[in-house]
Amino acid sequence: MNASSDVGFHAQRQARWHYGEAAFWLVVLACGFLFPTRYLIMTDIMRLALFAMSLDLILGYAGIVSLGHAAFFGVGAYAAGLLALHGIINEPVLALIVAGLAAMVLGFATSFLVIRGVDLTRLMVTLGIALLLEALAERFSNITGGTDGLQGIEMQPIFGEIPFDMFGKAGFFYSLAVLFVLFLLARRIVHSPFGLSLRAIKNNPLRAAAIGIPVNRRLIAIYTLAAFYAGIAGALFTQTTAIASLDVFAFDRSADLMLVLVIGGTGYLYGGLIGAVIFRMLQEVFSTITPQYWQFWIGLVLVVIVLVGRQRLHYGVLFLPNLVIKQIAGRKAVVTVPESDA
Amino acid sequence: MTSILTNLFDGVAYGMLLFVLACGLAVTLGLMNFVNLAHGAFAMAGGYVCMLLVNQHGWPFFAALPLAFVSSALIGIVLERTLYRHLYARSHLDQVLFTIGLTFMSVAAVDYIQGSSRVFINLPAALQGQFDLFGVGIGRYRLMIIVICGLLTIGLQMVLAKTRFGSRLRAAVDDPRAASGLGINVPQVFAFTFAFGCGLAGLGGALSAEILGLDPYFPLKFMIYFLIVVTVGGSSSITGPFLASLLLGIGDVAGKYYVPKMGPFVIYTMMIVILIWRPNGLFGRTAAR
Repeated sequence: MNASSDVGFHAQRQARWHYGEAAFWLVVLACGFLFPTRYLIMTDIMRLALFAMSLDLILGYAGIVSLGHAAFFGVGAYAAGLLALHGIINEPVLALIVAGLAAMVLGFATSFLVIRGVDLTRLMVTLGIALLLEALAERFSNITGGTDGLQGIEMQPIFGEIPFDMFGKAGFFYSLAVLFVLFLLARRIVHSPFGLSLRAIKNNPLRAAAIGIPVNRRLIAIYTLAAFYAGIAGALFTQTTAIASLDVFAFDRSADLMLVLVIGGTGYLYGGLIGAVIFRMLQEVFSTITPQYWQFWIGLVLVVIVLVGRQRLHYGVLFLPNLVIKQIAGRKAVVTVPESDA
Repeated sequence: MTSILTNLFDGVAYGMLLFVLACGLAVTLGLMNFVNLAHGAFAMAGGYVCMLLVNQHGWPFFAALPLAFVSSALIGIVLERTLYRHLYARSHLDQVLFTIGLTFMSVAAVDYIQGSSRVFINLPAALQGQFDLFGVGIGRYRLMIIVICGLLTIGLQMVLAKTRFGSRLRAAVDDPRAASGLGINVPQVFAFTFAFGCGLAGLGGALSAEILGLDPYFPLKFMIYFLIVVTVGGSSSITGPFLASLLLGIGDVAGKYYVPKMGPFVIYTMMIVILIWRPNGLFGRTAAR
C-alpha cells in the first residue's frame, strides 16, 4: 500500500459514521418529544450549538483564535430581523440563508485582516471588528432601533406552511433541522481533503505551505464559511425570539462562546453541541443560586478548566463512556479526544 | 484655536493615564509573551482601594495613591506566584481563556462587595476646577495627572536605561533563553516586573476614577484600550506604548469632541488600519518571535 492510498484509507475510516453519532442525534431528537415544556431553552441550546460549531470550524480546525465572533452572529441577527420587519423576504428559510450570506460577505471582507499577523493581532482585530459593529449599530439607530433593538418582528410560517407557535415547538424543530443540515455540511467539509489541509495548516503553517497548501486562501475560505454559520445562528436567534438588540454584538457573547467550546472540546464538531448543553445547564444552576453574580462562577469554571488542563479534563470525562464502549463493542474508543489544539 | 489646545491638553492627560495603566501589560506581553486580559482588574483593584481609603477612612488623596499602588502590586505578585506562572508555557488560547475567567470573577466580586454603580473619589479642593493659561483652559486634576505620569515615565525610562535591573529586564525581553543562559534569573525579573506593572495599573486606576469612571465593569470596558496601546505600540520598548497611548488619548478626545456622533468609531478604525499596515505594531520589531 503506498503512502497516498494509506492516507486515503485512514481519512475514510475517520469520516465514516459511527453508531455513537447516530445515537447522539436520536437522543437529541427524542429530547424534542420528551420535554414538551422546555422548548424555549432547548431552542436556545440549538442556536448556541450552531454558533459554537461555527467557532469550532476556525478555532478547532484552522487554529484562528477569535474574540469577536459575535460580529457575524450580530450581522445575521440584524439581517434576519430587518428582512422580516420590512417584509423584504417573508419566508424564514430563505431569509435565514440571505442573513447567513450577509454575514458571509462580512466574513470574507474581514478575513484579509485576520489572516495577517500573529495570535495577538488576530485577537485584537476580531475584537475590534465586533466592537466597531456594535458602535455602528448604536450609531445608526434609525435602522437598528439603537439600544431598544428591533421590535415588532412578526415571523411568517416556515415554507408558508408551519407557523411559529407560542410554545416554541415549531421554533425548536426548525432550529434542530437547520443545525442538523449545517452539521452534515460541516462534517463533510472537515473530512474532505480541504478539511485535512486545514488541520495541516493548524499544526504548522510553514510546513503546510512547504508541501504546497495555499495557506492564506484556505484560511480565508474557512473563515468565510464560519462567518456564514455564525450568521445563520444569529438569524435563528432573531427568528425564534422575534427580537434583535445591541447585545448580539456584546463581548460577553464571544467570551461565553469560547467557554462553550472549551467545555466541549475543539476539533471534532460535537464539542460545540455538547458544550452548549453543559454551558446552558451550568448557567441555569448558577443563576438560580446567585441571580446577579452568576458571571463569577462562569469565570471560576474557566479558570479551573485552564488550570486543570483541557486535555486532562477531557480524558477524565470521557474515561467512563469509552470504558463502557470498549466493554460492549469490544473495540477502541468511539468518542475521541480532540488532538492537541495548542 | 484655544479649544484645540485645550483638547490637546486633555488628550495628552488621557494618553498619559492610559500609558500608566497599560505599560505593565506591555511588559507582560513583551517579556513572557503572555496575553493578560485581566490587566484592567488590577487597575480596578487600585481604584477601589483608593476610593475606600479616601471616602471611608478619610485618608488624604495623595497618601492613598501609593497604597493603591502597593495593594495592586501585592495582589499581582500573589496571583503571579500562585496562578499565572503555570500558564507561561501554554498556548495563547489558554491564556486568553484563563484571564477572561479572572476578569469575569473580578467584575462579579466587586459588584457583590461594592455594588454596580459608579464610584467617585473625594478630591481635595486644590485639584478641582481649572485655570486659564494664556487663554487655554487647564484642568487642575489633568495637570496633576500629566505631572505624575510624566515623572513616572521619565523614571521608568531611567530605570530601564541606566540601572542594572533595567539592563537585565531588557536582556530578558530581547531573548529570554540567552538571558537565562547568562545567569539572569528570568522568572524572578519577571515576577518583580509583573508586580510593578500591576502596581502601576493600580495607581492608574486610582487616578482614572475621576476621568474614565470607576465601576465594576472597568476591566471589560477598558480592556480594548490597553490592548490597543500594547499592540499598536509594540512591546519591545516603553517608548512605543508611550507614543501609542498619547496617540490614542489625543485621537479619542479629539474624535469625541469633533465627531461626537462617530463615538468610539475613530479609535477602532485607527487601530484596525494601523494593525493592517504594521501587524507588529507601529514601533514593534518586524521579526515575529
